[in-house]
Parts: sequence; structure tokens; C-alpha cells
Amino acid sequence: MQNVLILKIIFGLLAAVIAVFSVMAVRTRRILHAATYLLFVLFATAGLYFFLNYSFLGAVQLLVYAGGVIILYVFSILLTNTDREEPLPIYSLRRWLALLATVGGIALVGFLLITNLWQHPELPLDAEVSMKEIGHTLMGTQKGQYLLPFEVMSVLLLACMVGALVIGRKRS
Amino acid sequence: MEPVISMEAYLIVSSIMFFAGIYGFIIRKNLIATLISIELVITSTDINFAVFNRFLYPGQLEGMFFTLFSIGVSAAETAVAIAIIINIYRNLKNVDTRNLQKLKD
Repeated sequence: MQNVLILKIIFGLLAAVIAVFSVMAVRTRRILHAATYLLFVLFATAGLYFFLNYSFLGAVQLLVYAGGVIILYVFSILLTNTDREEPLPIYSLRRWLALLATVGGIALVGFLLITNLWQHPELPLDAEVSMKEIGHTLMGTQKGQYLLPFEVMSVLLLACMVGALVIGRKRS
Repeated sequence: MEPVISMEAYLIVSSIMFFAGIYGFIIRKNLIATLISIELVITSTDINFAVFNRFLYPGQLEGMFFTLFSIGVSAAETAVAIAIIINIYRNLKNVDTRNLQKLKD
């Protein structure tokens, strides 16, 4: 029972961090603050993956997002030198339409989530996926194994690296 | 066996994140802030893949690998988008969406 309570507290903390900081990231005027709040949201997401016992996924999330993507954001904010955004007027049509779409969407999705009946299987839910299994699935060519997407991904990353260099280079 | 945290709790958290991203995508004028909103949307769908895999099909690995590839694709997308934004800044000296009307000059 003690264990269950601790798990619930940790999940509540992660959920609160995600909800609060994702709203703050789109509300704040300072872009650098928005990037920092996004970092907190991504950390909490990695926490959710650890919570679901997908440790590999959580580690990838921490490495790629916290290590790579956020650094890119901070660099680009500092390079483009636009830390402050001028505010939208409070009574603009766009703000109200966005609010309407957001609240309507949340109401619809929440209604569907609560009224839907999910078919839960009888298998145990908290089995950690072993590193060996992940490796075999990522590197196999049989059905349900992912060597081809893995290679396509490496070509995509190469293409995007070349593309970013070509787009971002100085024209003489 | 009843799980400690129900699946709906995870899905509600991810849908809050998703709609925060949608809201930011509509109202923000700075390109980098728009990109941050897109990142929120992508991450919330990643959470959904992992949660559906864990709760509905715990014997399989499809959702987990889809999340893995999605993280890779979104990193690639961010790199290209930031290169484009820096190029726009070099041409226009700011990165507001309302100043963007031409792809080339």
C-alpha cells in the first residue's frame, strides 16, 4: 500500500509538471523562458517513460531532447537575437478562435477518453523490455523487426544534415 | 490486475500537452515559439504511442519503436527548421511570421 501511494504521488508530480509547464511555455513572452519550460516538459516526459518501465525510451528522450534539441533551440534564439516577442492584443480575433479551438478540442477528447471502454489484456503490465530484445528487434529483418526503418532513418539524418548545411550557409 | 495509474490519466496529461501546443501554434508570432509548440504536440503523441503499447498490447514492441523513430524524425525536423529560421533572420533581420510572404527574393 505504501508503495502504491508513493507511485501515485510521483505520477501526480510528473503530470502536474507537464500540464503547468506546457501551458507556461506557450504563454510566456520571453522565448528563452519558453525553451526552458519546454526542457522541463521533456524531462517530465522522460520521467513518464521511466514510469511506464520503458527505460531505453526514457534514456533516448533525455539524450536526444535535453542533449540535442534544446541546445539547438537556445543557440538559435541567441543567434537570431529575438528574446522578446511583442504581445498579441487581448481582444484579437485570432486569440479567441485559438482559445475556442483548444477548449472545444479538450472537451471532445476528454469526453471520448472517459466514455470509451478499453479492452485491457490479462498480461502483466510492468515487464521491463530487455536490452537484448530491443537490439534484436532493431537489427532483425524478419516480420516485426526494424532494420529497414533504422537504415532509412540514418539516410534521413544524413539528408537533413546536408540540407541544414546547404540552407544555412552564407551566400557570397 | 488493476494498474496503479489508469491509462486514462496518462492520456489526459498528453492531451493537455497536445492542446497547449495547438494553442501556441495558433497564437505565437515568433517562428521559434511556433517550433516549440510543434515540439509539444509531437512529444504528446509520443507519450500516447508508449502508453497504448504498454496498456493495450504489453507483449509487443510496435508503439515503443514508433516512439523511438518519431523522436529521431522530430530531431531531424528541428535541425532543418532552425537552419531555415536562421536563413530567414539573415534576410529579414527578424523572425516574425507576419513578415514572411515570399519564399525567395
